[in-house]
Amino acid sequence: MTLIENAPGKTARTTAGLPIQADNRFTARELDGARILCECLIAEGVETMFGYPGGVLLPLYQVLGEYPEIRHILVRHEQAGGHAADAFGRVTNKVGVCMGTSGPGATNLVTAIATAHMDSSPLVAITGQVGRPMIGKDSFQETDITGITLPITKHNWLVMDTKDLAETIKKAFYLAQTGRPGPVLVDIPKDVFQAKTYFPGYPTEVKLRGYNPNYFGHARQIKQAANLINLAQRPVILHGHGVTTSGAYLELAELAEKAEIPVISTLQGLSAFPSAHRLSLGMPGMHGGIHANHAINESDVLIAIGMRFDDRVTGNLKTFARNSKVIHIDIDPAEIGKNVPATIPIVGDIKNVLQVLNKSIEEKTHTDWMAKIADWKLRDTKRREAEMDRRGILPPQFIIQQMRQVLGGNAVITVDVGQHQMWVAQHFEFEKANSFISSGGLGTMGFGLPAAMGCRLAIKDESIPVWTVTGDGGFQMNLQELATCVQDDIRVKIAIFNNGVLGMIRQWQSVFHDKRYHSTPITGPDFVKLADAYGIKAWRVSEQSEVAQAIKEANEWPGPALIEFIIPEGEMVMPMVPPGGSNMDAIEAAE
Amino acid sequence: MATASATTTQTLHTIVVYLEDEPGALNRVVNLFRRRGYNIESLSVGHTEEAHISRMTLVVRGEDAIVEQCTKQLYKLLEVIKVADVTNDSILVREMAIIKVTADKPESRAEIMQFSEIFKARVLDVAADAITVEITGPEEDVERFFALLRRYGIKESVRTGRIAIARGSVANSAI
Repeated sequence: MTLIENAPGKTARTTAGLPIQADNRFTARELDGARILCECLIAEGVETMFGYPGGVLLPLYQVLGEYPEIRHILVRHEQAGGHAADAFGRVTNKVGVCMGTSGPGATNLVTAIATAHMDSSPLVAITGQVGRPMIGKDSFQETDITGITLPITKHNWLVMDTKDLAETIKKAFYLAQTGRPGPVLVDIPKDVFQAKTYFPGYPTEVKLRGYNPNYFGHARQIKQAANLINLAQRPVILHGHGVTTSGAYLELAELAEKAEIPVISTLQGLSAFPSAHRLSLGMPGMHGGIHANHAINESDVLIAIGMRFDDRVTGNLKTFARNSKVIHIDIDPAEIGKNVPATIPIVGDIKNVLQVLNKSIEEKTHTDWMAKIADWKLRDTKRREAEMDRRGILPPQFIIQQMRQVLGGNAVITVDVGQHQMWVAQHFEFEKANSFISSGGLGTMGFGLPAAMGCRLAIKDESIPVWTVTGDGGFQMNLQELATCVQDDIRVKIAIFNNGVLGMIRQWQSVFHDKRYHSTPITGPDFVKLADAYGIKAWRVSEQSEVAQAIKEANEWPGPALIEFIIPEGEMVMPMVPPGGSNMDAIEAAE
Repeated sequence: MATASATTTQTLHTIVVYLEDEPGALNRVVNLFRRRGYNIESLSVGHTEEAHISRMTLVVRGEDAIVEQCTKQLYKLLEVIKVADVTNDSILVREMAIIKVTADKPESRAEIMQFSEIFKARVLDVAADAITVEITGPEEDVERFFALLRRYGIKESVRTGRIAIARGSVANSAI
């Protein structure tokens, strides 16, 4: 995307080739847009951003060196920069920042922005735009990125005056991380970067007339919910990512434990409640445990917390939780009643709502209900054990179990999309909040590696392992980032589950499409040699006996590392609910 | 109950939206309707008594639950300050149409003038073979007037969407 239109401007240079820092940084003064942006980002606490330069961003890159507070990671593709910033935001609950130039740089960000939007991730994307006189003229590298990202951002702005820049950045960061978080895009024309204006400092307040998230649930509704829960015989909690964004882990655990309510975590909700907790039933839905789906189906009160009844969770809506009264708590009023009608809707921040709700919850046990669930769970446990215990092949479920044993409950795992994603969700026992990062809503292949980069840079404690589990398909969608990992010494660990096929698609072909395996066999490079070419240490593992040792060595390796696991081509994710089918009709074993 | 459903009949809803007069605000509203598959029957927008605030009247066809979703989604747009479904309120609704109708015979010219008088339509322009009339009223009146003129041959016509305001002293506003 790099284009040099003009000769670089004159800047004082040190011997290291970087511009000298001006003495009057961060003071109120006449300033160009590029420096205003830098000072705003620093004021906002941005330490790391993921970007790629280009023609219209040159005025910014010209001064970026004056602000060493900002670490700029040069990615190899803007999409990866977007995912890295997205994951950076998710794992810290702060705002991730990515940047791309006009035209293709901006459009390359689109998939990453859509990913962040579907998963309510706090992201600020900054794009360069052609100079104001060039807008609308189909200029070189011009694209209407605010138009393109209209439906996939929480909001976006085209900044047409340098005077508006600081306030717009303030609004963007505020919007991205408050209420229901989401991506915000700020498009800045080249000459807005160059024009000067008086900059009094970063605004401390923000005024958005049409934006007033409701943080506190309605007291009477909460009281009614408590009454319903106190009367419930077969209650179930079904929680999503909202618990994570709200930081309501303790409140969730308190509710569950106080009234002995089993907890089901959606894919995006995983890690907000410990998987090994006696009340945890794991994930529901298409690849959820039989016991989780049965528990929802037979519940009398379903407490939905910070989740949006995605079709992968509910299956056929006509048969979903048909005997349950639904309490739906979410910060976004538009989620309530969207897919499943709520008996008691509560709009508010999860943490606030649960704090009030928990006070009215009576201590209780549900012995019969828990015993019934234990029976279902036993069936699932037996199935899982059988899956794990197979000789002569390398079961992917076994690899994940081993990873968990070697890495411990501190590890942060990012995944790509497909079978391996489901295996991690099913088998990795998450212990710590925000330790599972996945593209759940959009299902973006190529997410895993850049997401791991974002997490690695966000987590300062090097003793916390950051791994990505990916497939040979998804990995090849963004493998160019291996170079970024090396250049910036980003010590991510990569586990490729190589089955030589696009496994999940093949699985659907196998079960629903007459076993016509068109376009799912996929070749790749020799991944160990590929890693070697990038200067990355790598292992290939095809025996069960080698798994734990390889994971340990890769984890301890002082640099990025990669393991290629050779797994069987025909391996399937079970159980499986046919798309559009009832969650009660799960297939439990491949034929 | 998860299976409970609201009325599944499609009805017309009149929705009043106050929004900030920002570039792209209208685009966002229209895009939202396209993206979520809501049906807009009509849309009209103009300035209000307050500076930088526009008022939009939307007529949406859909089931009650879908229209409720639609208003919630509208609220999520940053520029949108207030949304009110005024369908069941006591409201005055108006639409305006300007119709250029063929009137090349003296008798047809007379009839058109008569109809116009009955409908309180205003004759804006008269040419040798055409009359241009303006009608303002509820959609039904506009429809009926159109139907009457159709036999003479409508050369050209233009209609605004519905605009609505509450009766009595209660006032909707952006605040």
